[in-house]
Amino acid sequence: MTAMSDVTVLLLTFFMLTSTFIQKEPVSVSPPQSVSEVKIPESNIVSILIDPNGKVFMSFDNPKDREAALREVGKAYNIDFTPEELKKFSLLPSFGVPIIGMQKFLGLSPEDQDKVITNYGIPCDSTDNQFKIWMQTARQVWSERIQDVVRENPELAARKPQLAIAIKADANTPYPLIRDIMNTLQELREQRYNLITSLRNAPAGA
Amino acid sequence: MAEIQENGNGGGRKKGKQKKITIRVDFTPMVDMNMLLITFFMLCTTMSKPQTMEISMPRKDVKDESEQDKLKASEAITVLLGKDNTVYYYEGLPSENYENTSLMETNFSAEGLRAYLLRRNASIATKAAELDTRKKNLEISDTTYNRELSELKKEKGAPAVVIKASDFATYTNLMDVLDEMLICKIGRYSIVDIEQGDLFLLKEFTKDDSYVVHQEVIEVYEEQ
Repeated sequence: MTAMSDVTVLLLTFFMLTSTFIQKEPVSVSPPQSVSEVKIPESNIVSILIDPNGKVFMSFDNPKDREAALREVGKAYNIDFTPEELKKFSLLPSFGVPIIGMQKFLGLSPEDQDKVITNYGIPCDSTDNQFKIWMQTARQVWSERIQDVVRENPELAARKPQLAIAIKADANTPYPLIRDIMNTLQELREQRYNLITSLRNAPAGA
Repeated sequence: MAEIQENGNGGGRKKGKQKKITIRVDFTPMVDMNMLLITFFMLCTTMSKPQTMEISMPRKDVKDESEQDKLKASEAITVLLGKDNTVYYYEGLPSENYENTSLMETNFSAEGLRAYLLRRNASIATKAAELDTRKKNLEISDTTYNRELSELKKEKGAPAVVIKASDFATYTNLMDVLDEMLICKIGRYSIVDIEQGDLFLLKEFTKDDSYVVHQEVIEVYEEQ
């Protein structure tokens, strides 16, 4: 039995060290396959999740950014969020409700939030492009935070931190929906971004 | 849990001789717990980081007319994404009224678009294949490989691909084409909005009115 115990402890250690926890996503999305082997950066990343019906969800990797972003976006729409609401929001892994309904959404229990979030998504049509405002704010709060970080640790400046934008869209999303998102990013002068894919083996001899 | 076993022949032990004791601990509960934890970690975590494809789009505020002009007719290939996973291409730049442009149908298989692009991009593709084998045999490092590959892609006369997706295409179609660009080592490619003339070509080729009708409906809708 001792040997068996040794093996299991070893396996456990291995799994704990090598793997990362799966991020909870409001909708399940299966990205298209690609031969590209570039890995996504670990931090400083804004991810955009697009489901097959074109619903858009976003997530920031830093809780502080989330809080600051909500405050800024709230200001743009003349909504004052209470500190509790900001705190609650910073704990959400990803978000995607229209800003008008945000306060009501934050008041719900986590179980109810999971249930209703699939009905929403960030509005991103031309009449009320909240996605654009979120994206703008994300860039703004991120650069403010990074400036502070660099001021405290000047040696980090040489590394030139960059905010990466990752788009994770379902393989069956119609192209016009992707195009709208890409156009919005282009309007914001965000030309470089990552499209998340799943790995397909490269063909031999190509 | 643990039991202590006495060695010896019961009571008939000689006085003064040390008691020999072996302690045996039952590890079964520990193994059970470990297995449970392993299962938990296997289910709740992921080993792989997601793959990404890095793309850079042209800037919107700068008029890309000059860029378009730089594109030589002999180098340009336009790929059109149609309905139901269809893909078409034409060579060269279209004339003003798209009269001299003839569409070719192809598909996403290795014999379709890839074979065509590899043929067009033959000189770079063969050199890149050499690089690939050298990398596979660990003769060159990743950084050297990337540097040499990007050098290679800058070669004069290499084809430039313009990707135009119709509203009927899906994200997979777009990704497949971008994938072909990587596989065929094409350095210059861009995703561009589809134009009226391209839709007209698609309509003529497929005898399917919906390409053009769809566009008209959208325009009417946007005017309102």
